[in-house]
Amino acid sequence: MWKWLHPYAKTQNAYQLCERLLPWFVISAFISFTVGMIWGLAFAPSDYQQGDSFRIIYIHVPSAILSMGAYSAMAISAFIGLVWQVRTAFMAMIALAPIGAVVTFIALFTGAAWGKPMWGTWWVWDARLTSELILLFLYLGVISLYASFEDKQQAGKAAGVMALVGVINLPIIHFSVEWWNTLHQGASITKFDKPSVAPEMLWPLLISILGLALVMGAIFIRRLQNEILRRELHRPWVQSLVTQTKRK
Amino acid sequence: MRIALKAIFARDLALAYRQRSELMQPMMFFILVISLFPLGIGPNPATLQKVGPGVIWVAAILSSLLGMERLFKDDYNDGSLEQIMLSATPLPFVALVKVFTHWLTSIVPLLLLSPLLALFLNLTEPMYWALLSTLLLGTPLLSLVGAIAVGLTLGLNRGGVLLALLLLPVFIPLLIFATAAVEAASLQLPYTAQLAIIGAMFLISLALAPFAIAYALRVSQN
Repeated sequence: MWKWLHPYAKTQNAYQLCERLLPWFVISAFISFTVGMIWGLAFAPSDYQQGDSFRIIYIHVPSAILSMGAYSAMAISAFIGLVWQVRTAFMAMIALAPIGAVVTFIALFTGAAWGKPMWGTWWVWDARLTSELILLFLYLGVISLYASFEDKQQAGKAAGVMALVGVINLPIIHFSVEWWNTLHQGASITKFDKPSVAPEMLWPLLISILGLALVMGAIFIRRLQNEILRRELHRPWVQSLVTQTKRK
Repeated sequence: MRIALKAIFARDLALAYRQRSELMQPMMFFILVISLFPLGIGPNPATLQKVGPGVIWVAAILSSLLGMERLFKDDYNDGSLEQIMLSATPLPFVALVKVFTHWLTSIVPLLLLSPLLALFLNLTEPMYWALLSTLLLGTPLLSLVGAIAVGLTLGLNRGGVLLALLLLPVFIPLLIFATAAVEAASLQLPYTAQLAIIGAMFLISLALAPFAIAYALRVSQN
């Protein structure tokens, strides 16, 4: 059933797949991100209590959701790499890590900027905020562990183990709202049967989430290609690729 | 296999006993960090009682990090780790024994010191018992999870700071639950729920960490 996946463990095939996928990702990311942002920031109705300042939700919520999504993706590729000894999976993992760290930072920053007018403070030691901060630390730990090894093969494995250890943190992030439930509001869009967000606000939000996911996907594809090229410099196919582009 | 494990246990105990001054360092650090707090935030007994459990736990985490590198470093440097890995004894069991010995020699002294520190920070008796039970359940978890990161950073020259960077975020949930338990105890509330969660985390790490440590050692040994 999974046999079609096997060729992509070879870096050359993965590189070519990335090359084919990239334009689609770039186009769809551009469209959906622009639509989501303009709709959300300019046209969605303003909140009856929070006024226009609630509009930061169209950046805050997508980045918060995707910061965890990126970590899961990173951990899954680390798992694939460790279990099935796939080198490309480690490259995917380390290509994802900085993207996830940046998105986590955006979520924290926009959250702080939103918290100032709404809660009257930049930062509270609320469970959700704290676990998002821990998530950032986990990303930085994986990145710095990977960076401190000379041998990148070894680095991938070590960082992969660390990423999997950090995965314990993800359920804690998820359930922290129910466990400690302090200042941060509960989830409002995952209640699929009856969301507590009005549809005029929900749609731009969903499109923003999709848009940011696609943007991250496009960046990830490019970073994965770069990582493959950097690691496989000595391979003939990379060298012929370089000479071809030079001739153009 | 049992003979080999026993031999490793006896050897590590003997090694620890012969390096007593090195074992003393985390304990000294533990006491010093905790005596800095009353000096830093003022000697008001009520304040000290409020921050006490958290301070003791943070100091325990930091000083266990200090001694953590000793876990495999010497064996790695003199090559005996390689010999152990080549032997027929399953590496996860060896790792478990080594972590247990390390916990026994460098963490249990900290636990024995804790009544003194509870006095320093003006903890009440129920708070002290809660603190001790969270420490008893939580510190093996520190050692088990910490050993994974120690294994991963073995081959690096400057592992120390990186080790803290990797481990501190992972320990935060433990810190939260442990201090929540002591706080519940200070209000005369039951704290079995927090203990149960710490216990669950400990059991999960006991089941999984030996394999992760073994894998980490293999990665480092290449």
